[in-house]
Amino acid sequence: MGIFAIRLPDVGEGVAEAELVELHVAVGDQVREDDVLAAVMTDKATVEIPSSVSGKVTWIGGQIGETVAVGSDLIRLEVAGPGNMDDAPVETDEAFVPPKQETPSPNPEPAQEAAPTPEPSPAAPPPKQQPPLRPAGERPLAVPSVRKRAREEGFDLSQIKGTGGAGQITHADLEAFMSGVAATSTGGGGPDLSVTEIKVAGLRRKIAERMSAANSQAPHITIVEEVDVSTLEELRAQLNREATDKEAKLTVLPFLMGAIVRAVRDQPALNANYDAEAGLIRQYGAVHIGIATQVDAGLMVPVIRHTETLGLRQAARELSRVAQAARDGTATREELTGSTITITSLGKLGAIATTPILNLPEVAIIGVNRIAMRPVWNGTEFTPRQMMNLSCSFDHRVIDGWDAAVFVQRLKTLLETPAMIFIEG
Amino acid sequence: MEELRCKLLILGAGPGGYVCAIRAGQLGIDTVLVESENHGGTCLNVGCIPSKAMIHAAEKFHELTSAAVGGDPLGLSATAAAIDFSKTQTWKNGVVTRLTKGVTGLLKKAGVRTLLGRAQFLDGKGVEVTVDGTTTRVRAEHMVIATGARPTELSMLPFDGPVISSTEALALDQVPGRLVVIGAGYIGLELGMAYAKLGSHVTVVEAADQILPAYHKDLVAPVAKRMQALGIETRLSCKAQGLTADGAGLTVEDASGTAEIQADKILVAVGRTPISREAGLERLALDYDGDFIRIDDTCLTSMRGVYAIGDVTGEPMLAHRAMAQGEMVAEIIGSHTRVWDRYCIPAVCFTDPEIVTAGLSETEAKAQGHEIKTGRFPLLANGQSLAHGREDGFVRVIARADNGLILGLEAVGQNISELSSAFALAIENALRLEDVAGTIHAHPTRGEAVHEAMLDALGHTLHI
Repeated sequence: MGIFAIRLPDVGEGVAEAELVELHVAVGDQVREDDVLAAVMTDKATVEIPSSVSGKVTWIGGQIGETVAVGSDLIRLEVAGPGNMDDAPVETDEAFVPPKQETPSPNPEPAQEAAPTPEPSPAAPPPKQQPPLRPAGERPLAVPSVRKRAREEGFDLSQIKGTGGAGQITHADLEAFMSGVAATSTGGGGPDLSVTEIKVAGLRRKIAERMSAANSQAPHITIVEEVDVSTLEELRAQLNREATDKEAKLTVLPFLMGAIVRAVRDQPALNANYDAEAGLIRQYGAVHIGIATQVDAGLMVPVIRHTETLGLRQAARELSRVAQAARDGTATREELTGSTITITSLGKLGAIATTPILNLPEVAIIGVNRIAMRPVWNGTEFTPRQMMNLSCSFDHRVIDGWDAAVFVQRLKTLLETPAMIFIEG
Repeated sequence: MEELRCKLLILGAGPGGYVCAIRAGQLGIDTVLVESENHGGTCLNVGCIPSKAMIHAAEKFHELTSAAVGGDPLGLSATAAAIDFSKTQTWKNGVVTRLTKGVTGLLKKAGVRTLLGRAQFLDGKGVEVTVDGTTTRVRAEHMVIATGARPTELSMLPFDGPVISSTEALALDQVPGRLVVIGAGYIGLELGMAYAKLGSHVTVVEAADQILPAYHKDLVAPVAKRMQALGIETRLSCKAQGLTADGAGLTVEDASGTAEIQADKILVAVGRTPISREAGLERLALDYDGDFIRIDDTCLTSMRGVYAIGDVTGEPMLAHRAMAQGEMVAEIIGSHTRVWDRYCIPAVCFTDPEIVTAGLSETEAKAQGHEIKTGRFPLLANGQSLAHGREDGFVRVIARADNGLILGLEAVGQNISELSSAFALAIENALRLEDVAGTIHAHPTRGEAVHEAMLDALGHTLHI
């Protein structure tokens, strides 16, 4: 007698791990050669894992939903002849990569420390989280109507505890399990099987079409850069303190608009439209800045025309006006078209980085991420600085990475030293 | 060539195939069913039904002849019992025809298109069916192989002349004077006992050391006793060698040497062979287990869209298994979520007395590692059995020792086959000893013995 391990084979295409999606055997089952033991799913396909030997299942190395590394033991079988455990290439619990976002197991063993070098260890069973619901090899018991219902609702009876005298799973047990699953997944009540169909029409359909078109037509290059906006924030706070009550509070956006005006003066290629059909790039003298704005029906891009002519507070007022017009649905066609470059900002929801999609036919879009206090090394110590990331996408057909990077660096410099925005020359 | 298209194509109209077709029809699936002979397959035409009719007629005749001999304990007497065997056959054929016509009607009602002709498999999506010299090509999205099985032939005793299979044994025009039955399985014994009752001198030749080798010896003993009472000669550990030189008998060999048994008919009942490697099936990329087509728990073969059900998929080769598979496959094709998850397939042996089993035998339960307890109740303490003049037999339950879950039920006794539904119900619904013990069983019935067997296992039987 020996122990034979069925290992997750190389499923090809550079796949290093796969998710266990089906288990056809339980501990104690007799399997014959060629019986399908399990199935794993990679990004590309579901692959069945057959047994290469006949024997009795003694160990199963994972549960459905777990990720299994290529080459790791999947199932161990007791076989008549000698086994293959001696030549085990990988024999560690690290073979099983826990699903991401899972709370760390209470087990203090270094199971999570995906060791770069596999360390051979004796055939110790993996740590088990919970006592099994029923002895190995024993099938769950239930009357046919419970079995049918579980199957139709997509629940695996082997996961359910039975309260019958012989461990039978009753309708009540099934219901309790189903509502338990629902509670952990949706927050209470029975499983919600409702499906709401929403017709994609109007603005939403327009957005869908434009987004797909932009995403499929323009190869995007996105650059994320961090900007120290401490000085800018100080200036902004000071200006807001001095502002009269009538004046709207300044946000970061008018400063950014000013910085863009300055930056495109040196790099007019970024303030342009690319007409692919005509094979033309139109560089504009005017800087018409689109502001991606969330309205009830979806996303709109009102335009602040000739930003190059506006002072800081003018720009702020104009921004506020066109955004409001868009929200009210009173924006004119003129106010909604003709932008040469766009800003997208989610304000406090702005995340650390985003991958903005271009507002075609523009060639650049500036994404503003949220400002956060972060420790920054100033050469001698960590100092708290107000940091903000810019995530900018460019149409890589006409904007090279170099130019994009130069542009982003220029914005960074201008925003970190805001005085430069306003100094001519 | 005419070409038919359908969603589901079923090959074989036995219990598996016709049930699959009816259910598919009910589900609105465009279905074509191909059968080369009569609807109903082995079961209705040359198996279960005609054999039960024959067994019934034999029993009636036997009652008459017993009464004629005199000394009947019930006080019955008769004079010169006689049987017009050709009339018996006509009656039996009438039963068969009614049922097969009934199936044809049900198929029609379900909207199933039927083709009566021999099919030749082209690939996993189609067959050619030849009806009266005209060939039709049928193409389908899904195919169900339900080709069944046929009696196994022995190479040294090919079916010919006096050497017959169960099919011919059910259609004899007269009762053979001397009948030799090779194989003491359920088919051989059911027919052998029936012919013994009809007046044949029957000899049973069995290679194993027990009749009904698949059954526990306790279940077999009452049958062996009855065979003896009927004058059936049993030769165990004995092998058929071939026809005698003059063709009028069978040469057999056992430990004591070679012997000859005179016979008018030699019934070869050594098993059934699946029809799985012919009619083009051998060209399909099917996986096999021996000669059986390998299937998964949805009856899917190794080929996508090709299912197999019934005898062609393995043991137990029973009509009710095939029917359940057929129903399931139709529902799967109808997009229902189904898998084979049945706990038990009851089996009945229509010998005299009958044997019925469901679930695990004592041996099987132990082999699966269960600690068991058993309960048993003899029919000699059962009022209904005594009132019917038959006290041979018993009911036995095999249950888990720790929680009383019923793992197996078995019984031997006259007309005991009717308990098969109670047995299956108990096991399929995962009942415990207490559940059945707590169920009132009507008096006077044989079912009371089931109740008492539970009580016995629980340690407080009432009537013994």
